[in-house]
Amino acid sequence: MCLAIAGCIVEIDDLEAQVKIGDTLVATRLDLIGEVKVGDYVLVHAGFAINTIEKEDAEELDEIWAELGGGAW
Amino acid sequence: MDISDSSQKVALGHGSGGAMMQQFITEQLLPALGGQSAEGLEDAATLSISAADIAFTTDSFTVQPLFFPGGDIGSLAVHGTVNDLAMRGATPRYLSLGLIIEEGLPLDTLRRIVQSIGQAARDCDVIIACGDTKVVGRGAADAIFINTSGIGECGDHIPSVTAATPGDRVLVNGTLGDHGVAVMMAREDLQISSAVESDTAPLHTLVGAMLEAGGEAVHTLRDLTRGGLAAGVNEIVAASGVGITLEAATIPVRPEVGGACEVLGLSPYAVANEGKLVAMVAPEAAEKVLAAMRAHPLGRNACIIGEVAAEPVATVRLHTPIGTTRILELPAGELLPRIC
Amino acid sequence: MSTIARCRELAATIAAAKPPPMTIMEVCGTHSHAIARYGLKQLLPEQVRFVSGPGCPVCVTADGDLDAIVQIAAQGAIIATFGDMVRVPGPRGSLAEARAAGADIRVLYSPLQSLQLARENPARQVVLLGIGFETTVPSIAVTVSEAARRDLDNFSIYCAHKLVPPALKALVEDPEAQIDAFLCPGHVSTIIGVAAYEFLAADYGIACAIGGFGPTDILEAVRALIEQIKGAAPCVQNCYTRAVDYEGNTLAQSQLAGVFGPTDAEWRGLGAIPASGLRLRDEYSHLDARNRYELEPPIPYDPGPCICGDVLQGKALPAECPAFGTRCTPASPIGPCMVSSEGSCAAMFKYRET
Repeated sequence: MCLAIAGCIVEIDDLEAQVKIGDTLVATRLDLIGEVKVGDYVLVHAGFAINTIEKEDAEELDEIWAELGGGAW
Repeated sequence: MDISDSSQKVALGHGSGGAMMQQFITEQLLPALGGQSAEGLEDAATLSISAADIAFTTDSFTVQPLFFPGGDIGSLAVHGTVNDLAMRGATPRYLSLGLIIEEGLPLDTLRRIVQSIGQAARDCDVIIACGDTKVVGRGAADAIFINTSGIGECGDHIPSVTAATPGDRVLVNGTLGDHGVAVMMAREDLQISSAVESDTAPLHTLVGAMLEAGGEAVHTLRDLTRGGLAAGVNEIVAASGVGITLEAATIPVRPEVGGACEVLGLSPYAVANEGKLVAMVAPEAAEKVLAAMRAHPLGRNACIIGEVAAEPVATVRLHTPIGTTRILELPAGELLPRIC
Repeated sequence: MSTIARCRELAATIAAAKPPPMTIMEVCGTHSHAIARYGLKQLLPEQVRFVSGPGCPVCVTADGDLDAIVQIAAQGAIIATFGDMVRVPGPRGSLAEARAAGADIRVLYSPLQSLQLARENPARQVVLLGIGFETTVPSIAVTVSEAARRDLDNFSIYCAHKLVPPALKALVEDPEAQIDAFLCPGHVSTIIGVAAYEFLAADYGIACAIGGFGPTDILEAVRALIEQIKGAAPCVQNCYTRAVDYEGNTLAQSQLAGVFGPTDAEWRGLGAIPASGLRLRDEYSHLDARNRYELEPPIPYDPGPCICGDVLQGKALPAECPAFGTRCTPASPIGPCMVSSEGSCAAMFKYRET
């Protein structure tokens, strides 16, 4: 019920943002979170950011991800 | 009508015989496919085949969108059939080409596709020996459907899906899931994009190198198309009556592909490829075959990803990087991006 | 420390703690999926037993709703839905079968795509299927309020959304229930926060831990639950502080409350649960698909051997279903738990241990 993934905001246009999740760019709406800026990290679910996350946490997730073989299995 | 005018669209008159059809074939189709002059068009081609055994296969192509990073429906139509022949160790020689075109398809699009087919065929050194074109009304086809049948000459050794043997090593020639992800990303309605490209490629020369290195030790070859690696290995264990254990940590997947699959809720092991094969090779020849693959442009990332055992029969197991084991199941039905 | 080493360390810590026999309900379908995918049960002592819960929104959608949805599809609407719903079998067949019979079914990644469909097809009605828990509802709320703002007359929503805490309450109040602990959903909690679960520990003595979705995240949450049970000190522990705050996402909560209000709802397996569903507020009732379509009463439906209802309540394991893996497989599913990739039967089948 909960497929949401962390990514970094690379572009903002009003309530629409481009979020970079790994190497994938996902069009994301910002209606559900407060003020954010380019470079902030968010959790994306169904094309909406549902929370911000700390940079260290996002980087830790990336490391775990890479270590587990990019989640392929 | 002026068929060179790029604003022209395919109309029903194109496929129903007569002068329009002739003009279309003569001026557009044949030159792109490298065919002979229109005067000599026979009802059937006669072929010279020297091999004792002939490989014969057919495949139809309905991919949407028609063009995607790394390829298009045209190159796919050639590579797909060439690869089916290659999986039996056959040298691809001739293809047939059937086009079913939806009324309204821009002629320019058709031209691009046909040129792509011609180029791919030349690159594979195969001759498009015969073909057919039909145009159907709007809505009766989705832009264009392509069928290619292929004929190849078998060599001394013919790998088989039934020949996987306990002890065999499982090899792949490179990263998995690229094609399926590239095609999904090319769908504009998803609003998700990445730089992943399709891996569509003809594998017959790679197979040639593998057979030269391993000969009869190359028991099974399977191209990993729809359903990905998971479908391929499951088909093999069922047909050969063996079991396979794969090491997840060794299976090559590009991080971009893994990431895109996570976003879409898919497994890279279940996503289509168009330039990848899986091979079952007897253990004594595995390293030699692997080296031959890595020396080939389409096998640079080749690796051994697992092993065949006698049991559990018709089962594929995946050993995870965290030390647990689970089944790798045959993918079910169509792939739907999941959310919740 | 590497993740792999951390997994082994956590497994060792858990084993050394000699946990008593206990039943943990993994509420959320994504947790069931992750536990099966990583084979985590192989790293845990046998007496730590897992059962799946009702946290798969597709799986808990009642037959009556499935019946209505297929009726709407057959009336020529463009059905906009998340992918999982398409193959769920119901009284009038699945949406996939409706599509084969000519219905127009479109799979979405984001609910806003349904508004785009409405714009692109002005002569047709678009019906968005509102299936999902609190993780998804705020996005749907934004979609609905945008549809209202744009005055779209060819958009409506069939709302079958459900809320997690009332379902958990119903489960623990069931005299047959044998749940010692909840592994609480991760991203639902991102929206609703930690406080929403506190009544489970305080009033019912159930150990609760909110977990993330990596293998170490889940093992950490399990370790926390074992400690709570051993110490007889049930509480709600947030083991997913990365993504979950105590208050939850209050902006998302207010978006949700602005468009939806609580209503009684029918859950597959769990039956009718008061105030466990959502319905559109009066000011949005003109966008309610139930008001826009004439629907016949639901057809009675006998799912045969399917025991999805028991599986969703944690009263049966998928493997205990007589049809599991034989007549009911992902390729030919009988029940929703096998169709949805969050469904526990699908997770158990797809990632089954040898």
